[in-house]
Amino acid sequence: MDFFSEIASFFSFTEPNVRVVFWGSLILCSISGLVGTFTLLRKRSLIGDVISHAVLPGIALAFILGQQKNPAYLIIGATVTGWISTFLVDYITKNSKIKSDTAIALILSVFFGAGILLLTHIQQSGNAAQSGLDQFIFGRASSMNMNDVYLFTAVGVVIVALTIVFFRGLTVLSFDEEFSQAIGFPNPWLRLILSITTVITVAMGVQAVGVVLMSALLITPAASARFWTNSVPLLAILSVIISGASGVLGSTISYTYAGMPTGPWIVVVVSLVAFTSAIIGTRNGLGRKMLLRWSNNRKILRENTIKLFYNSEQEQASYTLEELTKKSSIEAASLTKGLKMLVRLNFVTKQGREFVTTDEGAKEARAIVRKHRLWELYISRFMNLQPDHVHDDAEGIEHVITPEIEKELEKELEYPLKDPHDSEIPYE
Amino acid sequence: MIDFWIILTASLVATSSAILGSFLIMRKMTMIGDAISHAVLPGIVIAYLVSNSRASFPTLMGAAASGMLVTYLIEFFNRKVKLQQDASIGISYTFLFAVGIILISFFSNDVDLDQECVLYGEIAYVPLDPMEIGGHLFGPRQVWILGTTLLFVVGSVYAGYRKLVLTTFDPAFASAIGISVGFWQYYLMAGVSLTTVVSFESVGAVLVIAFIAGPPATAYLLTQRFGRMIKTSIVLGITASILGYYTAVWLGGSIAGAIATVIGLQFALTFAYVQFTRKNRTQKQLKNTVLTEV
Repeated sequence: MDFFSEIASFFSFTEPNVRVVFWGSLILCSISGLVGTFTLLRKRSLIGDVISHAVLPGIALAFILGQQKNPAYLIIGATVTGWISTFLVDYITKNSKIKSDTAIALILSVFFGAGILLLTHIQQSGNAAQSGLDQFIFGRASSMNMNDVYLFTAVGVVIVALTIVFFRGLTVLSFDEEFSQAIGFPNPWLRLILSITTVITVAMGVQAVGVVLMSALLITPAASARFWTNSVPLLAILSVIISGASGVLGSTISYTYAGMPTGPWIVVVVSLVAFTSAIIGTRNGLGRKMLLRWSNNRKILRENTIKLFYNSEQEQASYTLEELTKKSSIEAASLTKGLKMLVRLNFVTKQGREFVTTDEGAKEARAIVRKHRLWELYISRFMNLQPDHVHDDAEGIEHVITPEIEKELEKELEYPLKDPHDSEIPYE
Repeated sequence: MIDFWIILTASLVATSSAILGSFLIMRKMTMIGDAISHAVLPGIVIAYLVSNSRASFPTLMGAAASGMLVTYLIEFFNRKVKLQQDASIGISYTFLFAVGIILISFFSNDVDLDQECVLYGEIAYVPLDPMEIGGHLFGPRQVWILGTTLLFVVGSVYAGYRKLVLTTFDPAFASAIGISVGFWQYYLMAGVSLTTVVSFESVGAVLVIAFIAGPPATAYLLTQRFGRMIKTSIVLGITASILGYYTAVWLGGSIAGAIATVIGLQFALTFAYVQFTRKNRTQKQLKNTVLTEV
């Protein structure tokens, strides 16, 4: 089997079945990405987990009652038990001392167990139409047909329309239910919209992804998008894109290898997006954070090094490396690094063994010392600290004071000339 | 005899799970247990591919490794990149579980595990696999494995009981008097991983959580004392195993599924009973106060 020709044939859409798989998984995953945004914001991600396990008994019951694999019946059955499960979790948490995590685990596993019991019961009773019912556990996108795609599209349009119309209300509700109530949003209706759309999405999705992993489609795309933005509309759009793309990619992979369940592949693809986002994402991303810390450390080292050249009498100062090492508590290795940075910035020039400040360097040194001493004066005056207690605090804060804060401080302290240790505060 | 072995197997799983589950519930960590029970799958499959046997030492190691991996992933998402806890749990375990299922499908010719058995186990086959030493048969292998696990769980919980209870109910005080809260958490998690792995073959990844969360939750409704809660949940778990087995025989379905269903019914009945008596009691109290005030 040639892998690439399989993929090429998938995207050429020559087989009608491929078209079904493509559109089916694209639409399904996009909807769940949208619905999942609000589930995530309401911190109810694990409720999605409960629903996706709890649709199983509904599917089995619908089959027993209808005696056939009619997708409409199955979706109705799934919706009913899925909705009951969320209701039960909320009811148990509200009316007993049992906490939500236990209620979730209990309802999830009991409903799933009941579903397995019914499903195995159906299989042993040997109804010819039951074949393929177990595909609901892990999902098989190739079992979808064109009618399913029409159904997904119709439901998707309704969900998107509802989300757009009630967007403000849903957003406010997700962040602060009491505030939403106070400013007059119809909370019970908004909650109903969210729970019904979630349950219906899960009920449809299990066909492609399966009950066990459907919850990942609600949680993971929105969580990945969360590493990139703070704006709710952007979050929703990004989550839809991530989810839709992962859905198509995952079902392509499972389609090209015979006998591969679809759900796990979609989940692996979308999880990889999540891991990548967690590392390089612009909001809380690990890489971004490390970069920030690294550049901060460099700034602090640079400023601490130039500060060593400050001296009140003369503009220019020159020291050898040995003198500087003796003068400061910075390690020799870091000091060399700091000096290199200063030379590169042209704050300091190297003349033989001596490091000599330039005019800019001297100005920079004065600026740091000024911030340090202004802060010392500020906290000793306004927080009534003894002058010998203020140095350490200023040592940290001198690197983060912005020009605006500096102006404020000067104004507040009425342009002082001396710091609490009676040293001069150097101005320009 | 087959009935007896199956019920005994289920009861052994139920007992270990009831003991550990009681702690998990009080620590609000039930969903971490759920995450571990799903996440051990890739470890089991990889160890199986390497060692070519089930429920052996390598399997245990593989499962323990992936159990640790999921707790690490959850910590990473929650602490390092500040993702909310529910989403951290959800992402981590679905990913590992999906990887496990893909491995099973990929090596379906080499691995004697099928996708469905991963979820609800094959407790009915337990009596068909006896322990054989020197040509003598000594009852099902699973019973021996689960029995040893139970002894191990009981032993380690008994040994660390006071510290486990203290770190569960008052972690601030525990750390103030020098008990490492983190250590006892991992101690408990190790027990949960072990129980999940050895129960895997008989009740599967998803249903073991019914044993962990169900009976302790029911017992929690019935008693205020922790020691009594553990004992009650053991009794409830064993009762559910017996009733579940006969339900499954009657309906002709999965035994583990039936036991989970019975666990659910136990909880539902207890919950209704507690709600009912509480309502009665408050009404009576109300009547009494009204009478005395009049």
